[in-house]
Amino acid sequence: MGKLNSKIPDGPLSMKWTNYKNSVKLVNPANKKKLEIIVIGTGLSGAGAASALGELGYIVKTFCYQDSPRRAHSVAAQGGINAAKNYQSDGDSTYRLFYDMIKGGDFRAREANVYRAAEVSNQVIDHYTALGVPFARDYGGTLDTRSFGGVQVSRTFYSKGQTGQQCLLGVYSSLNRQIKKGNVTMYPRREMLDLVLIDGKARGIIARNLVTGEIERHGAHAVVLATGGYGTIYFLSTLAVNSNASAAWKAHKKGAFFANPSFVQIHPTSVPQLNEFQSKLTLMSESLRNDGRIWVPKQKGDKRPGNDIPEEERDYYLERRYPAFGNLVPRDVASRAAKERCDAGYGVGETGLAVNLDFRDAIKKQGKKAIENKYGNLFEMYKTITGIDSYEEPMRIYPAGHYTMGGLWVDYELMTTIPGLYAIGEANFSDHGANRLGASSLMQASGDGYFILPNTINNYLADEIRVPKISTDKPEFEETEKAVIERLNKFLSINGKQTASSFHKRLGKIMWDYCGMVRNEEGLKRALVLINELKDEFWKDLKVTGAVSEINQELEKAGRVADYFELAELLVNDALNRKESCGAHFREEYQTPDGEALRNDEEFAYVAAWEYAGEGKPQILHKEELKFEEVEMKVRSYK
Amino acid sequence: MKLTLKIWRQKNAGTKGSFKTYQMDDVSPKMAFLEMLDALNKKLVEEGSDPVAFDHDCREGICGSCGMYINGHPHGPVPAITTCHLSMRYFKDGETVWIEPWRAKPFPVIKDLIVDRSAFDKIQIAGGFISVNTGAAPEANSILVQKRNSDEAFDSAICVGCGACVAACKNASAMLFVSAKISQFALLPQGRIEAKQRVRAMVDKMDELGFGNCSNTGACEAECPKEIKLTNIARLNREFYKAF
Repeated sequence: MGKLNSKIPDGPLSMKWTNYKNSVKLVNPANKKKLEIIVIGTGLSGAGAASALGELGYIVKTFCYQDSPRRAHSVAAQGGINAAKNYQSDGDSTYRLFYDMIKGGDFRAREANVYRAAEVSNQVIDHYTALGVPFARDYGGTLDTRSFGGVQVSRTFYSKGQTGQQCLLGVYSSLNRQIKKGNVTMYPRREMLDLVLIDGKARGIIARNLVTGEIERHGAHAVVLATGGYGTIYFLSTLAVNSNASAAWKAHKKGAFFANPSFVQIHPTSVPQLNEFQSKLTLMSESLRNDGRIWVPKQKGDKRPGNDIPEEERDYYLERRYPAFGNLVPRDVASRAAKERCDAGYGVGETGLAVNLDFRDAIKKQGKKAIENKYGNLFEMYKTITGIDSYEEPMRIYPAGHYTMGGLWVDYELMTTIPGLYAIGEANFSDHGANRLGASSLMQASGDGYFILPNTINNYLADEIRVPKISTDKPEFEETEKAVIERLNKFLSINGKQTASSFHKRLGKIMWDYCGMVRNEEGLKRALVLINELKDEFWKDLKVTGAVSEINQELEKAGRVADYFELAELLVNDALNRKESCGAHFREEYQTPDGEALRNDEEFAYVAAWEYAGEGKPQILHKEELKFEEVEMKVRSYK
Repeated sequence: MKLTLKIWRQKNAGTKGSFKTYQMDDVSPKMAFLEMLDALNKKLVEEGSDPVAFDHDCREGICGSCGMYINGHPHGPVPAITTCHLSMRYFKDGETVWIEPWRAKPFPVIKDLIVDRSAFDKIQIAGGFISVNTGAAPEANSILVQKRNSDEAFDSAICVGCGACVAACKNASAMLFVSAKISQFALLPQGRIEAKQRVRAMVDKMDELGFGNCSNTGACEAECPKEIKLTNIARLNREFYKAF
């Protein structure tokens, strides 16, 4: 307990951020020009932070593994971005947005951080609009909004089904402006392979140039990780296939605690798996649940085409179980309900692992044109992948691994337990508790990057102004680099028979089967055995071709999969430790008589922050008690 | 199905490349094109051979990473999709499939099917932004935009920066790419303020980097996975003439 200081400012909840900003240390412009900051990742949080820090006058160095910062996976977010603008006068407010997130996260997020995320949400919308992000508009020229799961107001700003792309290109443009000004240096096609600590502080990174294979040293006064989530631990997920946890995991092994790793969101509306070679699952935006109705046949194993099943033989199970929220229940609830129906034998399609998402009634009522306007590109994408026209017959959907609420533990300033190392966006744990509500990831990532970190980082850097430019000739850089190179050579020297991807696929299957939507003690213990067996096999039978000193995609994959074996073990242990059900973490042993999650606030109203204790040793659990001053912990009901 | 693949293999920018032939025996029509290449690579690695290098990431048509010439078309024979969305159901048993990288002087080959598209970033850095600092923005609804203009700006803004337009153009012109960004901002009041500097800076950079001119052939529009319209180029020209 002693090691965790969340540094929540004093004062009432609604004044904490204001009070903090009024009292935080500042760095004068002349000193900013001498201080260097490394930002890893160029999604909404990373590129946002890099832009804002560049505007402030810091020397910023930004890294991404893609060939261009414009390709970071924020680009794929579809449905929208929340803000408490209350443009619809439907009763929305900062407090309501905060409350929906706290409740949606099943009371496992940190109150002060969540309130602040809601507080800066309006500034985020203002900023994107000024940057030229083409959000949907009404005929009078004002911004339009729509509803998303888990809430009863309309607060989601959107650009058709490509909101993430439009916001990311907005952030990319602000990043480009700083690159042009010389405030930010961009290093694309680089992968961070380790963090360098000097006297316990984050002082730089070791990166690999993915084109030349060259190992590079980069020094800075502070390092910011904006490296996203670890959903690809399931192999098949809605994430970009190269998304990975390696940067965060390296930081963890250097002393940054990892919080709530088992809180993983399984998204309810993904295109079901079509074949055994599949490399990813494509998301169908949650916004579709505004107009689409989810159902399965009332009769087990009914294999008739959806359109041939009459109304009275359809079970709209979400509307039946959750009349208040219907098809707009939060993601965790919708995913589990789909799994429940399919496991009970009511699933549709060849595999029986799918449910219908039907637009028949919406088209009847609003006309095809209206539906096309709202979701045209999603319907097209669905048709491209499956060959099915969803204007004519129901879409088939099934849950898929999506977003990780867990991540590096950070305090109110978004600093990890390593001084000078920050984690923002999906890479940290703080705002979504045990379940994230739709359209709040873009909101949180943008808020962290543009509006929060650029304030909080000053408080640390104000004490660093006398520290000269970090020399990369120091022994700490040399030692870290040596270890990185040894590990890369190790992958190449195994010379076994199986590819990194084939191990990844098998690991993903273990995680999905035993540590996915539903978990139990027996299964989790089994998963630990299986993970370790597979990990041993990996280190004995991995095959990586080529060399370190060239472009080598197999080598990149090997490093990421090796880290996933370690993270998988922690994820399962965290799920074992949490003997309750909350949000996306559903333990079969802990449920209400009607199958809903049963929280245990007495024993588990805490953040589980894990400390790495060394190779082969069990990780040490630290608990950050969650104190709710403003809200009362209630049973989360959407009935 | 059985397929014969003719794939461009090139070790790096400094060496010459050539087509190599690979046989694929059990390709399922349910596979995506890139999954078929994954299967080939798995086989190559297991044999100890060098796998085919290609860029890819989101595999849902939005990041713009993937892109290759397939049977003479950027992103393959099916219109309006990226390579990652191309399904093998569009190929026939026994077919020979030719796979090449983008070929354009400003996009040098890095390895096999991977090209260097950093020229696109350089054009955006030259002027593809609206100069507003974080925190300086006015209340969002204080900027009113006609729905029609906003929708049209969106249609231009959806460019994924894949480079198919350049690869498709006999002049290796980047006009469609540049015009998409110019159009997005030209249609919005926020973007009008810097319109003149922007169009001059981006066009200058485009020329400097060795992209060719537009001769109205329209191959870019025909091959664009996001169906960015040629009218954007007309708007770019108009904006450019207005900038002097």
